[in-house]
Amino acid sequence: MNVTIVDYNSGNISSVINSFKEVAKDKVNLDVTSNLNKIKLSDKVVLPGQGSFKSCVEALNKINGLEETLNEFAITHKKPLLGICVGLQMFADIGYEETETKGLGWISGKVSKIDNQNGKYKLPHIGWNQINIIKESKIFKNIENNSHMYFVHSYEFIPKDTNVISATTDYSSNIVCSVEKENIFGTQFHPEKSDKFGLKIIDNFISL
Amino acid sequence: MLKNRIIPCLDVKNGRVVKGINFVDLQDAGDPVEQAKIYSDGGADEICFLDITASNENRDTIYEVVEKTSKKCFVPLTVGGGVRSVDDINKLLNCGADKVSINTAAVQNVKVVEDSSRKFGSQCIVVAIDAKRNEGGWEIFTHGGRNPTGINALEFASKMEKCGAGELLVTSMDKDGTQSGYDIKLMKKISSSVNIPVIASGGVGTLDHLVDGIKSGASAVLAASIFHYGTYSINDAKQYLASKDIPVRI
Repeated sequence: MNVTIVDYNSGNISSVINSFKEVAKDKVNLDVTSNLNKIKLSDKVVLPGQGSFKSCVEALNKINGLEETLNEFAITHKKPLLGICVGLQMFADIGYEETETKGLGWISGKVSKIDNQNGKYKLPHIGWNQINIIKESKIFKNIENNSHMYFVHSYEFIPKDTNVISATTDYSSNIVCSVEKENIFGTQFHPEKSDKFGLKIIDNFISL
Repeated sequence: MLKNRIIPCLDVKNGRVVKGINFVDLQDAGDPVEQAKIYSDGGADEICFLDITASNENRDTIYEVVEKTSKKCFVPLTVGGGVRSVDDINKLLNCGADKVSINTAAVQNVKVVEDSSRKFGSQCIVVAIDAKRNEGGWEIFTHGGRNPTGINALEFASKMEKCGAGELLVTSMDKDGTQSGYDIKLMKKISSSVNIPVIASGGVGTLDHLVDGIKSGASAVLAASIFHYGTYSINDAKQYLASKDIPVRI
């Protein structure tokens, strides 16, 4: 099996690479690339993302044909894709970080700043928080409800169709922290930094 | 609910672990990669490396340590010490650090904080503030606590928040190495004046000090000696905090 982590200069992806290598061992052929052909030929794709919504979308658009290739992969061919952090946020139609920026539009909705309730909640939301699994998701196989995951973000994805939400986390309000829509998966938290349970989620995705 | 983090810190010199007492008197004590792994297996919420390598020719040792650690530990890794430029930050992140803490460079040139947070995101930029009490409040020091700056710590903290810092790592120089507890007043003042998370550092000797640190408003507590010398395990600390009704990840 070929799994590709899309390297599109979206910031620091070393930890994502290390965690997938740890889980994949020799079972999987792991590529880290923005090569369109390699992405096309992959069985699964991981879309990481750090920094701002705007900077990630811009970085993605800088690589000619990447958005079309990802569209083809996830929407036309319906092959499994996992978005992490801003990678998940980019599924939205639109993001409001820095300035209004168009997303991939795969899961209708918007990405806006977490309401800090007049400073009552510190932002970024950094640290370990429990996930409340509200829908069975293939990537949560053998993950107990209320498991701790590592978060670091100031913006949240608000999908129009709440049926795509597979887990939320409690910070200021119920923040969407995981989505599943057919073959498209996303986590707002960082499975690559969430110790054993995070690695299990990566394993679940690889084993799909 | 978001849990309060316990962060063991390892002082690293020339690729080896040491623990400073009041920033001097170093004792060699082990392999940082192994130490970090013990901490992460023990439930540490994050690992912090502070590189105190003085000579330039040995500066690259930290990159190797970070690279090896990030392949073994799957919890966040923060690295600081001697970070001078956006390029240094880039190198550490590429080696597998998740956050980089900036001290002297943030004071000397705020552009390093602005540019790096814009380039890599605020989530990976931690500004480390070394503060010492003076008549009017607290003054920040640079170069591992050697150089006074005349800059007020509270003002600097707010400025760093505006420049894009994602977190502040606040160390009391009066307390560091004394094992007599954090400078609670300092932690309270800073954490109530900024809207970004504060990590309390400097002075932990007992588990009650960790409790006091969290109660002061810090989102995370950092300690070195009590963990490094095996006085307490990470799990001891977490169980104790939980017994005091402080939310932790167990």
